[in-house]
Amino acid sequence: MEPTSHLFPANVRAGLADPVLQRALGLARTGFPLRRQQAIERLPEFEDLREEGRRIKDHTLAHLDFYLELYEKNVVASGGTVHWARTAEEAREAVLGICRSVGARIVTKGKSMVAEEIALNEHLEKNGITPVETDLGEYIIQLRHEPPSHIIAPAIHLMKEQVADAFRAAHTELDPERALVDPRALCDEARTVLRPQFLAADVGITGANFLVAETGSSIIVTNEGNGDLTQTLPRVHIVVASLEKIVPTLEDAATLLRLLARSATGQEFSSYTTLSTGPRRPGDLDGPDQYHVVLLDNGRTALLGGEFQDMLRCLRCAACLNHCPVYAAVGGHAYGWVYPGPMGAVLTPALVGLHEAGHLPNASTFCGRCESVCPVKIPLPKMMRSWREREFAQRMSPVAYRSGVRLWAWVAMRPALYHPMVEMKARLLGWLGKTHGRFRSMPLAGGWTLGRDMPAPEGRSFHSLWAERRRARGPR
Amino acid sequence: MAEPVRVALLVTCLIDLFRPSVAFAAVALLEAAGYTVEVPRAQTCCGQPAYNSGDRADAKRIARQVIAAFAGYDYVVAPSGSCAGMVRLHYPQLFADEPAMRVAAEELAARTWELVSFLVDVRGMDRVTARWAKSATYHDGCSGLRELGIKAQPRKLLASVEGLDLTELPGAEVCCGFGGTFCVKYPEISDKMVTDKAAEIAATGADCVLAGDLGCLLNIAGKLTRLGSPVEVRHIAEVLAGMTDELPAIGAPARSS
Repeated sequence: MEPTSHLFPANVRAGLADPVLQRALGLARTGFPLRRQQAIERLPEFEDLREEGRRIKDHTLAHLDFYLELYEKNVVASGGTVHWARTAEEAREAVLGICRSVGARIVTKGKSMVAEEIALNEHLEKNGITPVETDLGEYIIQLRHEPPSHIIAPAIHLMKEQVADAFRAAHTELDPERALVDPRALCDEARTVLRPQFLAADVGITGANFLVAETGSSIIVTNEGNGDLTQTLPRVHIVVASLEKIVPTLEDAATLLRLLARSATGQEFSSYTTLSTGPRRPGDLDGPDQYHVVLLDNGRTALLGGEFQDMLRCLRCAACLNHCPVYAAVGGHAYGWVYPGPMGAVLTPALVGLHEAGHLPNASTFCGRCESVCPVKIPLPKMMRSWREREFAQRMSPVAYRSGVRLWAWVAMRPALYHPMVEMKARLLGWLGKTHGRFRSMPLAGGWTLGRDMPAPEGRSFHSLWAERRRARGPR
Repeated sequence: MAEPVRVALLVTCLIDLFRPSVAFAAVALLEAAGYTVEVPRAQTCCGQPAYNSGDRADAKRIARQVIAAFAGYDYVVAPSGSCAGMVRLHYPQLFADEPAMRVAAEELAARTWELVSFLVDVRGMDRVTARWAKSATYHDGCSGLRELGIKAQPRKLLASVEGLDLTELPGAEVCCGFGGTFCVKYPEISDKMVTDKAAEIAATGADCVLAGDLGCLLNIAGKLTRLGSPVEVRHIAEVLAGMTDELPAIGAPARSS
């Protein structure tokens, strides 16, 4: 998908003006945090678990080469194949190559953000293969030809009325008079339409929440069971995953799973947690004939050893999105690429470049709520500030803004100049605002006063008043 | 007689310009608690606007100035969680690569406090003598809450204000949208966030909303006055110091004398 992150301000205005989006976001902004809070209150050791999660991920990243090679060895030992992909293009070609080798026409897919990152669906379609998304949210946005707006709830920007419209437009073989009002009916219809696709698919593609080095297994969590049907029914199962999904042991994966579901949806465990290890073995009742893992780097190893390495701990739980007031105001599409919210504000500039995505790490109040809920304690605000520092150092931020900050700092470094200037400003604005106590508009603060008043200063600076009080009291 | 304990007031640039009464309220509270309060004139701002804009070099210059200006005092107290958080958490990080400055930054950080947490956690205060017959709600400023752990302290002191009835604000821990330079760079998002905040404040039915950071308060007051809301907006220090009678609320016209 072509990033439109550089259009962030325009995307924001569109999002703020979209009444459906605003209704949908209004429901999400309290629902997710409440469920997470309730889940962690039932688990007194949650804070210790976060620390352990961070430790597991940090240890793995410190020995990434070792664990990746061990993982590959164990995938091969279980009869699977690992395809190393340095770039999105290499990953797309690897998937296409496997599909072609088995003459695939229809491919079912479990939800995968990495597949979104490499724009896999477009590539398959261009080459005559039909991808069918089987996660309900992903299926809805596939019908609507739009990208996901959330990393675990891709259609969260929609209300059920939009879903009904999309189904009526796509499922023309069904009775046009049918009722599509309650969510259950929508769910049943998707299930009815998808069931034959599961059976017809030649290849099933899933992502991975974890890759386990000691066993060569991939793990996915879903709440719909679509992942299981995607990976067990077709002849070929392809796992598309980025390489930081690796964990050393099943025990480590179990620890991280306890963090993941609580942080994501407030569940203690997702409805389905599915492990796959290699293709079907002799005597297995079901499973694919071939098992492939396409392991994507796409800029991630370049983050190792640098100020953004901590980002590679990310479990993609979306707690940071769910608790972000900026995300809740504008929605995921405003961010203009695959990963929205705080984790996207840090990751997107690393993957598509700061020139494209410079707005994202700037669009934060540094309220710190993301870091406070992150299950692996990623210092998201600190890393957003690191991007801003790079931007400033490389003179990429707007000249007016940059010189404004520098000029302000120059004055702030000179108290003998600063104090009289503040006193003058306080007196002037205090006098002008005396009658109303506030300004309805103000030069250089047009953005602020568009929707808000600017409270007027009291009329004197504190330092001037303090100096007067000191003089009046005399030396002590 | 024991040596007086000297507290230096970190005024903060917003209070200096917009609402000096908050600093006077802080002085009154600190003096009533038995401290000698001084105000170093070499201070201007803590440097956050530069720091959060990615201008690390200027942020460090300003931090050096602050570290020098506040040397030698027993404590440094700011009526702001944001500015106190900057000194306590971010100054040491700014000088991570300069061992000598890092030591100085950590030394300052260790004796720097936000006003209300200083009164409660250091001084051990559990009540004030103020009275104010109002219903109020309280917004937790993000830096104070998440960087300094300020949550119970303001509620504890407000509970002792005679006549004051405190209602919890749903979403009290959600950012109001001020964010320093954020409200300049992304005013539409900022406005949406404070619109939601104002609606939640109005829904409590409280007469007034309080907080410990003037940035949040200017933002919230600006939205409430634009909406024509009668809800008063005040810094917590004004209420604790009993200054509410003589001082108009933030964004309210000066009282005719």
